[in-house]
Amino acid sequence: MKYLHFLRVNLFRKKIRTGLTIGSFAIAMLLFGLLVIVRLAFNQGVEVAGADRLIVMNRITFIEPLPISYMDRIAAMPGVKAVTHATWFGGTYQDPKNFFPQFAVDPESWHLMYPEYLVGDDQWKAFLGDRQAAIAGAGIAKQYGWKIGDRIPIEGTIFPGNWEFNLVGIYTGATPKDDVTQFWFHYDYLNETLKQAGGRSWVDHPGWYVVKLDNPDDAANIVKKIDQTFANSDYETKTDTEQAFAENFAKQVGNIAFILEAVGAVVFFTLLLVTGNTMATSVRERTAEWAILKALGFSDRFLLFFVLAESISIALIGGLLGIGLAKLSTAWGSPAPSVLPLFYLPADQMLVGVGVALAVGVVAGLLPALSASRLKVVDALRRV
Amino acid sequence: MPIPIIYNVRSVRARWTSSIVAVLGIAGTVGVLLAMLAMADGFRHTLVASGSPSNALIMRAGSNTEMVGAVMLDQVQIIQSAPGAARGPDGPLVSPEVVVIAPMPLKDTGTDANGQVRGVSAKALEVRPFVHIVAGRYFTPGLDEVIVGKNAEASYAGLDLGSTVHISGVNWKVVGIFDAGGSSFDSEIWCDATLLDQAYNRPSSAFQSVTVRLPSPDDFPKFKDALTSDPRLTVSVDREQDYYAKQSEALTRFITIMGSFVAIVMGIGAVFGALNTMYSAVSERSREVATLRALGFSGSSVVLSFVFEALFIAFVGGVVGCLFVIPLNKYTVGTLNWQTFSHVSFSFQLTPTLFIVGICFSLFMGLIGGVPPAIRAARLPIAAALREM
Amino acid sequence: MVRVDGTSSGESLIQIRGLEKNYSRAGEEIHVLQGLNLDVGKGEFVAFMGPSGSGKTTLLNLLGGLDTPSRGSITVAGDEITHMSAGKLTQWRARHVGFIFQMYNLLPVLTAFQNVELPLLLTKLSKSERKQHVDIALEIVGLANRSNHYPRQLSGGQEQRVAIARAIVADPTFLLCDEPTGDLDRKAADEILDLLTRLCKEHGKTILMVSHDPLAADRAGAVLHLNKGALVEAQGVGGPA
Repeated sequence: MKYLHFLRVNLFRKKIRTGLTIGSFAIAMLLFGLLVIVRLAFNQGVEVAGADRLIVMNRITFIEPLPISYMDRIAAMPGVKAVTHATWFGGTYQDPKNFFPQFAVDPESWHLMYPEYLVGDDQWKAFLGDRQAAIAGAGIAKQYGWKIGDRIPIEGTIFPGNWEFNLVGIYTGATPKDDVTQFWFHYDYLNETLKQAGGRSWVDHPGWYVVKLDNPDDAANIVKKIDQTFANSDYETKTDTEQAFAENFAKQVGNIAFILEAVGAVVFFTLLLVTGNTMATSVRERTAEWAILKALGFSDRFLLFFVLAESISIALIGGLLGIGLAKLSTAWGSPAPSVLPLFYLPADQMLVGVGVALAVGVVAGLLPALSASRLKVVDALRRV
Repeated sequence: MPIPIIYNVRSVRARWTSSIVAVLGIAGTVGVLLAMLAMADGFRHTLVASGSPSNALIMRAGSNTEMVGAVMLDQVQIIQSAPGAARGPDGPLVSPEVVVIAPMPLKDTGTDANGQVRGVSAKALEVRPFVHIVAGRYFTPGLDEVIVGKNAEASYAGLDLGSTVHISGVNWKVVGIFDAGGSSFDSEIWCDATLLDQAYNRPSSAFQSVTVRLPSPDDFPKFKDALTSDPRLTVSVDREQDYYAKQSEALTRFITIMGSFVAIVMGIGAVFGALNTMYSAVSERSREVATLRALGFSGSSVVLSFVFEALFIAFVGGVVGCLFVIPLNKYTVGTLNWQTFSHVSFSFQLTPTLFIVGICFSLFMGLIGGVPPAIRAARLPIAAALREM
Repeated sequence: MVRVDGTSSGESLIQIRGLEKNYSRAGEEIHVLQGLNLDVGKGEFVAFMGPSGSGKTTLLNLLGGLDTPSRGSITVAGDEITHMSAGKLTQWRARHVGFIFQMYNLLPVLTAFQNVELPLLLTKLSKSERKQHVDIALEIVGLANRSNHYPRQLSGGQEQRVAIARAIVADPTFLLCDEPTGDLDRKAADEILDLLTRLCKEHGKTILMVSHDPLAADRAGAVLHLNKGALVEAQGVGGPA
């Protein structure tokens, strides 16, 4: 447009000031992006929870197991497409601080239950063929520098002792949202070792079951059916959709998310002030110029939109810069995989960020724009 | 000769909107930094306070949290007869305990959190003298009764004095509320260990940990040696404080790192805001500065004057930031401790040290935001500025 | 032809009848202009003089549509502007008036060329058409070789010449000058006055000028004095200079 040049020279008439304001914007939007990333990481389970999956755990507490006999009984129920089980191992690698989710799983049914975890066919075959085999997620493999063929020693805490596994595969997630910090091995390996050691309560008792439904709409019914079937037994069940289960966890860290949001609000309020003040000062300095423009015949509305355009330009440049930096920071994966298993910023959140930046630009520029548009030429040019 | 301070104060007042913006920018940054540090401190304090320097926590060798370990009754008896434990009226102050997790509905969201339930013996209060019953009474061993920590009562629904809570198929009556001095025990529910074992289908000879009170902290090394060298025992012995310090490590570190990072990022933004304010101060007052210089004030006195002004604004910002966070003090937050997998409440901990840190940080930002514009002010060509209308 | 007695001659380009402008200041009513009449024909060069506060600038502002009178009428080229809406007045001003102020004329962020181009941005001319007009205007004021310079790179007199180029570039009906030489030294002031005279004589521009400078008044075809809110003839009124 023919006024673009005029806009540009006005914006950069005071380079340092405009630069600093754009910089403030970029910083605020960077923070916004990072807060979104952390929030998504905390809510990770909720995002990827399968709509057609249920979690069945011990009613008393999920740190207690369930009988293996439940597997066939659940599989036989109408509306159930598939069942698998998993057991939390809870060990550490080399240092008690190095901890990541380890599951003893039933390989075939586990693989079918979670199609979003991708493993090479030959790696999977190797897994099936070796009872001491393990598959690790790309995230922890990278963090600990593991390669296929490594022997991984895990110090058991719930099941004490030194356990060793052969790493035969590395899995990746179908989307950036999927958790790639898990470590899977054979349930049989755990079970047989426990039997030989003479342990009591965990033999033939996996930690929990995962149920895949024929039809996600059936969820409520099947939840009820499963819990009813095992009511009044020694091992009563509590069944939930995977989503409800994940949300529960997310809610427990809930307050921290609230605090993050409060921080975000503080940042925005400050940003609004800084930008608004810059725009106001900049408009005030040019009173005589606005008067000239009006005298020449530029309308009030023109001035209003022009000043808003300046404000929005600053917001847009700063916003794109900040969101871009936030996105860039995800290029190297999570800096703390055990706390933030995911570290990504999806496109829709980036758009939200840019939208927020624009909104702040409009609000911050509104009052100065109005004052410029309402300026009376005669007052502005009045000789002292 | 230094430029009179009153000049700066009057100038700040005259350009009060810009000054307020800079003040608020710095206040916001300091506020956020202090809030984060207070949160991290509070969390660590809660867990560290949970340990008494005279107590030893014994778990099965190789366990890193109480819940995953198992100490059998025969081992408990060996520990009870070991020399070194302090003695109370009923014998050695040794408390074998059962630790489990039960789903407890949170008051504010209605969903379940992992509440920690501890089965204790009658000696639990003697072993932990900082725990006091503040309402009701201690539970009667052998009966389905529980006492709840004050934070547990505040966080979970249905734990008021006199109400009944359902845990693991058994109905327990809440007969007392205890105050554990701001430690993680405040988030726990205590009951009879044997009954808890039964409720969880465990043999009544299985415990998760044993807490032993020693006569003094210096007795710990000998006590530890005695137990670890005993061939009948496979246990790990830690000072109770060390155990809890380790429990809080990951989360504390995370909050501190995240909080510091946020504060640094915000600090950069605040410095930008301060720079902007000071640069426009300089340009709006270029004629005044030229006049001062023409009157004989030196370049360095101009620099000092502007730097002082920036520091003044920053100091006010720092104070305002501190005032912002004061209402947060003692504000209770609940979260999931990843290491123990249980829900724990803690409160923001504001200390004088934190305030000093906040003020120093604000002055630092003021310095960075004040020096470059001040140097520019000193370098303004006098004649040109005076001619400028 | 310039008349101040309010007797209509019918063909005047600018016609003012019974113009009054009042201000309230600190509770007092100040009558700046009282029953002022004026007729100015096409191609005239009129100077308004008078002591400070006599209302010269107020008259200029009213003529330029920057202000509205308390009473009376102003007609320019057949358009009665006193009751136009603000929006229409703005458009009218762009089309009919060329302003030259004493100071702050040019926008510092634009080159001479871009400053002169400004009024044309309000028209529908294409970029190349605009360039044509700007080049001509700069040619007339003798600054074609400085078109890419910024105001800070020009002397006071040169700045004012660029302002004049801007004032004529859209071919307005008349030029309004408020103390155009007020800020300049003698030599530069003379250059400006030469230019204005040329614009009037060679290009037939109608010019209304407010000035303190008696030498400026000499150049005008008619000099009018503002006294007690009304115009009084000095010389050259009623016939050509």
